[in-house]
Amino acid sequence: MKIYNSAEEALDCVQTGQTIMVGGFGLVGGPLTLIDTLVELDVKDLTIISNNLGEQGKGLGKLLEQKKVKKAIGSYFTGNRDVGDAFQRGEIEIELLPQGTLAESIRAGGAGIAGYYTKTSFGTNLAKGKETKMFKGEEYVLEEALQADVAIIRAYKADTLGNLVYYKTARNFNPLMATAAKTVIVEVEEIVEVGELKSDEIATPHLFVDRVILAKKILTKEGVIEHD
Amino acid sequence: MTNPIQEAIAKRAARELEQGEIVNLGIGIPTLVANYVEPNYVYLHTENGMLGVEDVTEEDIDPNIVNAGKFAVGEAIGASYFDSAASFAMIRGGHVDVAILGVLQVDEQARIANWAVPGKNIIGVGGAMDLLVGARKVIVTTTHTSKDGKSKILKECNYPITSTRSVDTIITDLAVFKYINGQLHLVELMPGVDLETVEANTEATFVNSLK
Repeated sequence: MKIYNSAEEALDCVQTGQTIMVGGFGLVGGPLTLIDTLVELDVKDLTIISNNLGEQGKGLGKLLEQKKVKKAIGSYFTGNRDVGDAFQRGEIEIELLPQGTLAESIRAGGAGIAGYYTKTSFGTNLAKGKETKMFKGEEYVLEEALQADVAIIRAYKADTLGNLVYYKTARNFNPLMATAAKTVIVEVEEIVEVGELKSDEIATPHLFVDRVILAKKILTKEGVIEHD
Repeated sequence: MTNPIQEAIAKRAARELEQGEIVNLGIGIPTLVANYVEPNYVYLHTENGMLGVEDVTEEDIDPNIVNAGKFAVGEAIGASYFDSAASFAMIRGGHVDVAILGVLQVDEQARIANWAVPGKNIIGVGGAMDLLVGARKVIVTTTHTSKDGKSKILKECNYPITSTRSVDTIITDLAVFKYINGQLHLVELMPGVDLETVEANTEATFVNSLK
């Protein structure tokens, strides 16, 4: 694990055509500093795995606006009408997954599991074309694991080894994505000395983490603010 | 702004809950149900990773504590936080007692449609499909008719269904239905509503089980 001084340096590994996981549930737990830098990079044809795709012209929505997204995999694009419009125009591919399936596929991807069966979505349009199988008299749908080249996530604190703790509902997809990408880049509110985080409170052990930066954007009651 | 029709539906839905149940509330009318249950009567679960949701006052808002509708919520005593995979393991694994969901349509087999409208550019499903396969009991809350006066309680959903699972209870501004042994049963009229009004606004076939 290495601590980087800026989001620009931490994201220097991102390349055209890669698959990027982005943590967060809307703004909560989103890697807001890394997202803002990601949208400035000269890369395209990205596959983005994230629950949402920002809002119109905001966050990941900017990536879409700039036509840098080839495919979006997520569960809830409702908050950004640009996603539906871009899809109708044939500009992007979309893989819509139930939220639990999205989470479990990422978990599987990080855990060496190629696929798994779930009851969720059986008999619906989202199961079309997917293999099904009966277990104990009930129908299940085969879902495949998700992995990425890069994950950008948000945690509350990191220590200098890269151990992470999360805060409240800002946890969401972040610990899962930390396990499922080749390069895991984390922004945190505070970097502390190793030993300062209680060992039994560490949610993501350092072996999953590659790069850490200090967050420059913080979500407050009044909205997102910049800080140094 | 509170809408009296929605509030009445939410208030009635709250009466379905039993003490100590683990309850997941969907977006819209279901979220309002929380206003009609006593504090600590049930444990509210939200799929973005929290058990022990409670109301929050404006001055106590923490922007990093939200429910699935991304609204600020409070932390009850004994609350816990967990990642999205654990949250959906709770849902799919049968550990959530009750899910209260909004719907666009429900049919006479009590199957619901609540995630997609043909021809509309809105793409999202969230946790609805997971809640339907996993929650022990599913209650849906909805206005009985759409804004243009069409029944939402149909013979068959013409929007894509959310699950092949039938829901247990349907609560509207006109009536309460239960799905029992493969049939919709009208079990209650909402205050001030007569049977004729329910019949006139319900396309689905139902059994009159009013006491």
